[in-house]
Amino acid sequence: MTSAVQFTGVSRHFGSVRAVDAVDIDIAEGEFFAMLGPSGSGKTTCLRLIAGFEQPTGGDIAIFGQSAKGVPPYKRHVNTVFQDYALFPHLNVRDNVAYGLMIAGRPKAERHRAAEEALELVALPGYGTRKPSELSGGQRQRVALARALINQPKVLLLDEPLGALDLKLREQMQEELKALQRKLGITFVFVTHDQGEALSMADRVAVFNEGKIVQVGRPEDIYYRPEVPFVADFVGSSNVLPPEVTEKLTGKRCHAALRPEALRISESGHVATVRATSFIGTATRVSLVMDDTPMVALIPKGQEIPAVGAQVNLSWQDEDLHLMEARS
Amino acid sequence: MHSDRASLGLKIAAGAGLAFMHLPLLLIFIYAFTTEDKSYQWPPPGLTLKWFSVTWSRPDVWEALSLSVRVAAISTAIALVLGTLCAAAVSRTKFFGREAVSLMVILPIALPGIITGISLRSAFNLADIPFSFWTIVLGHATFCVVVVYNNAVARFRRTSGSLIEASMDLGADSFQTFRHVILPNIATALLAGGMLAFALSFDEVIVTTFTAGQQQTLPIWMLEELVRPRQRPVTNVVAMVVVLVTFLPILGAYYLTRGTDTVAGQGK
Repeated sequence: MTSAVQFTGVSRHFGSVRAVDAVDIDIAEGEFFAMLGPSGSGKTTCLRLIAGFEQPTGGDIAIFGQSAKGVPPYKRHVNTVFQDYALFPHLNVRDNVAYGLMIAGRPKAERHRAAEEALELVALPGYGTRKPSELSGGQRQRVALARALINQPKVLLLDEPLGALDLKLREQMQEELKALQRKLGITFVFVTHDQGEALSMADRVAVFNEGKIVQVGRPEDIYYRPEVPFVADFVGSSNVLPPEVTEKLTGKRCHAALRPEALRISESGHVATVRATSFIGTATRVSLVMDDTPMVALIPKGQEIPAVGAQVNLSWQDEDLHLMEARS
Repeated sequence: MHSDRASLGLKIAAGAGLAFMHLPLLLIFIYAFTTEDKSYQWPPPGLTLKWFSVTWSRPDVWEALSLSVRVAAISTAIALVLGTLCAAAVSRTKFFGREAVSLMVILPIALPGIITGISLRSAFNLADIPFSFWTIVLGHATFCVVVVYNNAVARFRRTSGSLIEASMDLGADSFQTFRHVILPNIATALLAGGMLAFALSFDEVIVTTFTAGQQQTLPIWMLEELVRPRQRPVTNVVAMVVVLVTFLPILGAYYLTRGTDTVAGQGK
């Protein structure tokens, strides 16, 4: 299988800041690939390296097998959906969408037809004559998507495209983006800091921390089988047990992850003290301290909620305790 | 008690202030129609339109006017190119000494014109450059660049940088990006800056006095004309024309930049 995008030991240092540090990525053709990480972790810089807005200070990037070294953004078969959409304010929606074709020197009739088709694809038919300033955030997002798709890129880069939308619209767009990617078969590289978004949409997820990729894998692997404490905490919001506590529980000295929903308050088990409780809709979130380790448990609706300050017993199934032996 | 309505005293004071500033202008206009041409006698003994035809047939007026228009046009053109390039460099990139460059570009307009004039004159003398049309243009360009730069830099700062990246991303090279994205977004700012620069150059006296040779721009011609007690209303007719020629562009610049406070490229 061809690699759509391949990073070999790619670094991008800004002075002493290692924004991206010796990163290897192999994104397959037709894949929906998510880059997930907190802000400043290097994921957006990686996207800009693929687009050509940044040049690596070390290593090499290949796009469909060809080195991208020295290739300017306008010569790459890659298009970007920007975080702030970056719609041209002086052009109407149709001319925004057709911009790539106008630059390519296509005749006007062809441009207008292609723009209308692209607008239909993103469910905005007939919006061509409006100005970007007359559209809602969700509509601008769709226009930005149509504009990026009109040049039929081999790779579509999406930089936190749903970040500015409200929750309901975001969930709807997640489904639509996923469906669109299947329909077009284009490689999507999606940058986000929202783990739910990455897990629900992507075929594979790369988790970034401090300029490095700490784990790459399918969403289920990332969620259920984190390899390092950072992934357990950031992606799954798991409880991370330090090596000393794990040793007491299992005899093995390594970090371990324990999902909040796997914890039960029961008759017997490990003693913990309740620190706080908060109702979050489908469940109640209970903060506890067990062996000096802060823990969070999710108690489903209908079960008794312990009082703050109470001593309770925590229990879980053995298979829910995930040991991170490999790299901790 | 606080009131939204101004008191009578304040209204009178404001009215008096405005009258003080604008009545002299009215006098200039009235004297353009007077029948008496030796001294400014009040009230004018009679009104006539003959000074308009006298002015029309005076070749020195036409020479001065044409020189002023040419100087203003070329200074503005130079300022548009240099001011835009400089604004782009200062607002789009980071380099060592950026703040210093920014300050040095603005300095000519902060400096008294007489300093600019004297320094340019000595520089031209030292370099053995004879005074000509081009020395006047150079003198005017020093402050015209500032006006264009100030307008352009403000617009550049308000234009989202991702617009340029979006254009490059969609296949446009630097030149195409400039033509299709940057220029349309800064056009009104450039027009406003250009009009202001034209108006400033058109009525400039001090720097011109030091950088001109034998030529007379319109303001210099007027200054000379005031000393001669003959056909004085001709000067007033020309003054009216100058007011109109400089006032219209400034008014235009005001209307063009009004209502453009929204940030270009603001996506959300």
